[in-house]
Amino acid sequence: MNAPAPIQQKRTSAWSMYRAIVGIGAFCALLIVTVYEATAERIADNKARFLSNAVAEVLPASRSTVEVTLNADGSLVAATEPADLPVFLGYDENGDLIGAVITAQGMGYADNIRVLYAYSFGRKVIVGFKVLESKETPGLGDKVEIEPHFLANFEGLDARLNEDGTALANAIVTVKQGEKTEPWQLDGITGATITSDAIGAILNQGSSAWLPVLERDGRAIQPPQPTQE
Amino acid sequence: MALKQVSPTDEFIKGLWRDNPVFIQVLGMCPALAVSNTAINALAMGLATTFVLLMAGLSVSLLRSFIPREARIVSYICIIATFVTCVDYAIMAISIELHRALGAFIALIVVNCLILGRAEAFASKNNPGRALLDGLGMGVGFTFALFFIGVVREILGSGTLFGVDMFPDGFQTWTVMVLPSGGFFAMAMWLLVVNWIRQREGGAEKQANERSREVAS
Amino acid sequence: MARLSKYLEIGSSPHVTDGTSTDVIMLNVFLALLPVTAFAIYAFGSGAALVIMVATVSCVLTEHWLCRWTGKPSTIGDWSVAITGLLYGLILPPDLPLWMVFVGGVFGVAVAKFLFGGLGMNAFNAALVGRAFLQAAFPQPMTHWQMPFAEGRFEHIPTSVLAMPFWEPTYDAVTTATPLALMKFEGQFAAGRELMAGLTSGSVGETCGVLILLGGIYLVARKMMNWRIPASIFLTVAAMTWAFQLYDPVTYPGPVFMLFSGGLMLGAVFMATDMVASPITNAGCWLYGMLIGLLVVVIRFWGGMPEGVMYAILLANAVSPHIDRLIQPRVFGTGRGSR
Repeated sequence: MNAPAPIQQKRTSAWSMYRAIVGIGAFCALLIVTVYEATAERIADNKARFLSNAVAEVLPASRSTVEVTLNADGSLVAATEPADLPVFLGYDENGDLIGAVITAQGMGYADNIRVLYAYSFGRKVIVGFKVLESKETPGLGDKVEIEPHFLANFEGLDARLNEDGTALANAIVTVKQGEKTEPWQLDGITGATITSDAIGAILNQGSSAWLPVLERDGRAIQPPQPTQE
Repeated sequence: MALKQVSPTDEFIKGLWRDNPVFIQVLGMCPALAVSNTAINALAMGLATTFVLLMAGLSVSLLRSFIPREARIVSYICIIATFVTCVDYAIMAISIELHRALGAFIALIVVNCLILGRAEAFASKNNPGRALLDGLGMGVGFTFALFFIGVVREILGSGTLFGVDMFPDGFQTWTVMVLPSGGFFAMAMWLLVVNWIRQREGGAEKQANERSREVAS
Repeated sequence: MARLSKYLEIGSSPHVTDGTSTDVIMLNVFLALLPVTAFAIYAFGSGAALVIMVATVSCVLTEHWLCRWTGKPSTIGDWSVAITGLLYGLILPPDLPLWMVFVGGVFGVAVAKFLFGGLGMNAFNAALVGRAFLQAAFPQPMTHWQMPFAEGRFEHIPTSVLAMPFWEPTYDAVTTATPLALMKFEGQFAAGRELMAGLTSGSVGETCGVLILLGGIYLVARKMMNWRIPASIFLTVAAMTWAFQLYDPVTYPGPVFMLFSGGLMLGAVFMATDMVASPITNAGCWLYGMLIGLLVVVIRFWGGMPEGVMYAILLANAVSPHIDRLIQPRVFGTGRGSR
């Protein structure tokens, strides 16, 4: 054993410990700051690209987007910094508002599920859907991401508002596989009942919160300048 | 000290098989079981760990006379955590998707006992060259072990390897292999194979003696 | 059954036995299971017969191979592993692919029984471990239920049963939901009479509660089963369910439904009473049964899955050594206070 004898241990002064810890701390701090500075731009780029890819996937017709948020008085304004659950307005090449992309989350079978979906202002339906984060059981719960008949729900899931525009006309709800009779119902997946129910609840919650505001104020938001292309 | 007589190549080789961190030392189980659900995740985790092993080993070895005994653990952890944070940023800069797949386990490299173990048991007593070789050997051994576990889990659990389909349509996937418990099954299977080979080599006992001498030195 | 040996056998106590040996007990368990098995094959047809057969064969073969491989004398002669295999077959869905049945049988016997040291050493019920593995590995085929008493069930073998090894099954038989799945996802409760008579869907041998109960009574009468375990499970489940139904009769089903649906009857009578994996003392058995009953009710009412008997028994298996340590019989001659 090359452990120092007890006599050596006593000689370690407080100063040398202090020196070692502060020295290493300073060195580490410097290193982290350097790496952070060097990668910050690429990381921000990557994150933005990841989100914009996802947005493009659920609302393929959009050419540019504006992130929006709720003001303190409940009105819709363009967001100044990215939100945790961002909501975007999507515009086509002429700068016309075509849809909104909403991030929503809720409890699934295993953990929180976070989804991104698109709302079409023209058709008043939900048209696109993508799971951003989920820890659902592989082979069962994660079928909501790939099962064709479930994804077919999002060819046009009715999300009309009621007459005074304050809430959804019909709550979005998941029904048993093959028992979909109304356009606002989600055709569920046998064997993934809890997850497909959760998706219905998440969509309903996100839409109830956002669609009335988006329908009321969405058209007043300034579209982005086309120079971005 | 007996250690000084070990040849530099042997410092590197020992991590691959004789002292393999996963299959022989059974260290660093948390990432080995949790992030080995696909071959690519396993490789990425292994490489990230190797990098941290190398850099932490090098730093600890360079600073070994500067760090007093009493403050060594806090110093090592500080150094390891720094490099882990760097790797975290680097992976995010390379690919957000990969970062999502590895998730919390990048940050958990800090508490991978393999890294602290090598810093404490080897790097703090050897020169930087040997520390680098040891770190590289252990890192490669760790990566290989994770990769082997990952291959089994991905082929059985998803029917793919590196995301490429291995079977015609209709292959029944073994969901359990993708779940955490599948990590235990795959790990146990490889341990069985490794120990069987070691027993056949007949030198298992001799090697155990060698190892205990090394630990004691 | 006394047998003269030319060697003087020396062993530690107990020396006084009641003459029952492993193979006698196993023969009686087999007799008790016979009506259940016959009904299962009658209700689900040739598919169920094949599943039961392959399950038994896979367990027996695994034990035989492993004994040969490790150079031990083969222990299949005492029938215990055959009973394990039969029980394992009875808790599988009747249209499960045979290759999956085989995989689960090998896993159950190899991992849960052999790795722990073989007969008398298993910490967990091997049949349940095999099923739990299949449930985790192949969740879809394991939650696929064939309609009982279907037309032509004897002549026609379901295509899923004969699926190619390692390949996904295709289904042609008429499927249905189990009573517990109906309760969980639809809020419907099947009638107690149907459940008792085995007219509902479910695993091969779990549907007919009355026959299982009869088998249990036979074993108790032959003093080959500790009646306290099933009694304690039934009482706990019935009491809890009764209380919940009193509180909210729309959401919660009644005690009869809970006792006779799913695998509770089969599990309580034949699985929880596994002589090795259950506690030794009578008080321990009561506690063990209460734990299983509690877990079953909790999992069925609030868990993500419709059925929880398998996990409840496996968890209680894990706790059973601790129950034994907690409740130790008083050493003869010592008082309550002295240790």
